[in-house]
Amino acid sequence: MKKIIKYVIIDILRNKFMLAYTAFLLLFSFSIFNLEDNSTKGLLSLLNIILIIVPLVSILFSAIYVYNSSEFLELLVSQPLKRVTIWMSMFTGLAASQAIAYIIGAGIPILVYEATATGFMMLGTGVLLSVIFVAIAMLAAVSTRDKAKGIGVNILLWLYFALLFDGIILFLLFQFADYPLEKLMVGISALNPIDLGRILILLKLDVSALMGFTGAIFKDFFGTGTGLAIAFLVLLCWIVIPVLLSVRKFKRKDL
Amino acid sequence: MIIANNLSKKFGKLKALDNVSVTCNKGECIALIGPNGSGKTTLIKCILGMVVYDSGFITFNGRNILHDWEYRANIGYMPQIGRYPENMTIGQVLDMMKDIRQKQHITFDEELIKAFDLEKILHKRMRTLSGGTRQKVSASLAFLFNPAVLILDEPTAGLDPLSSEILKEKITKEREKGKLVLITSHILSELDDMVSQVIYMQDGRCCFHKSIDELRLETKQEKLAKAIASLLAK
Repeated sequence: MKKIIKYVIIDILRNKFMLAYTAFLLLFSFSIFNLEDNSTKGLLSLLNIILIIVPLVSILFSAIYVYNSSEFLELLVSQPLKRVTIWMSMFTGLAASQAIAYIIGAGIPILVYEATATGFMMLGTGVLLSVIFVAIAMLAAVSTRDKAKGIGVNILLWLYFALLFDGIILFLLFQFADYPLEKLMVGISALNPIDLGRILILLKLDVSALMGFTGAIFKDFFGTGTGLAIAFLVLLCWIVIPVLLSVRKFKRKDL
Repeated sequence: MIIANNLSKKFGKLKALDNVSVTCNKGECIALIGPNGSGKTTLIKCILGMVVYDSGFITFNGRNILHDWEYRANIGYMPQIGRYPENMTIGQVLDMMKDIRQKQHITFDEELIKAFDLEKILHKRMRTLSGGTRQKVSASLAFLFNPAVLILDEPTAGLDPLSSEILKEKITKEREKGKLVLITSHILSELDDMVSQVIYMQDGRCCFHKSIDELRLETKQEKLAKAIASLLAK
């Protein structure tokens, strides 16, 4: 397994995109922190960008990478290797490279300017989001044989998680404004890893008052140790479940 | 050595394999022939575990291959269309395969790499290679690990006459060492002096599986091409 991970990572490094992405994140984070006089404000600006860009890059790069390595997968499947090993190595290689790019690109500036609990929370959720979207991309890529369709599906998934989901929630909240939905919102937020990440960081930033009564409920739930643990557990589920499903699909795939 | 039993595979509505049963033993050189789309490559891919069959079973040395993967260490496979990571060089692909299939006692069989003169172009990237050079890489990889079974899917398609002669000599040599060789080809004349058995497939079914002597006796034809033709005419 180590050997295949090695070849996947070498291949990703040879493709200069990940280096460019890291450099972009680095430049971007440093300039944002330098623009704001208050580094907490900088963190808030960075948050919104990162919640959009990290999932997008993670999901699209992984999907395209999986499709482009179809030859590599085909070659490996005919060798004495377990399919699970091949697929997990692919996942590990992609997830590691995304996580490392994030840690270098956004992590270093965060640690330099804002090495607080909030900063670490942002680092942690960013890494988790990178890995989650690798897992989602791999599930979508293994389910659709056609490359154009598969990448389209991945873009739609990103749109859904990054934009549409919030729209749907707002719509529901307005439609059912007469009902007490605040507690339900905690459960619904688990359905979208990006939202969950945003809530976790915002609560640490102490701007939850801006979110009204729902914010208070969130604070009540996620503010406690158990709530935080549950939130991270949910984020881990967002990694484990897509990976398990994609392994199952890959095992039965005809190459 | 390899036993396939009542193998069926559907791709959507198309029946690629329909209750195919074949037995392949050590030391045989089997020609797998049949028209385009008759399921030859699908059968080969099933044996390699690349295609997951719907029903039936395959055993390799008496072990079901379904949840096994180690058996593939005994197979050298040369695909019909060799697909390799495009931005790796020939040398990197060879090294990677050696690295992945590494075993302690194995000695690499680099005869074909030398015979094909691949050493001079080890630095070329896979995407720049012509179809024939790709075939040479595929062939070299299939023989590299000295496997007990060789599965060659149209090995000489796209090779120049000289190289295809080198490959044919190599196949004959390996067969004499007691290896099982499974070849598909559309050029029956080149199979004549190599194969000992013939499996004929059509529409996903195995029409017959006969030894070449049996075939010659039955049809009174010396050449394989004519023997098959007269058998099909009946």
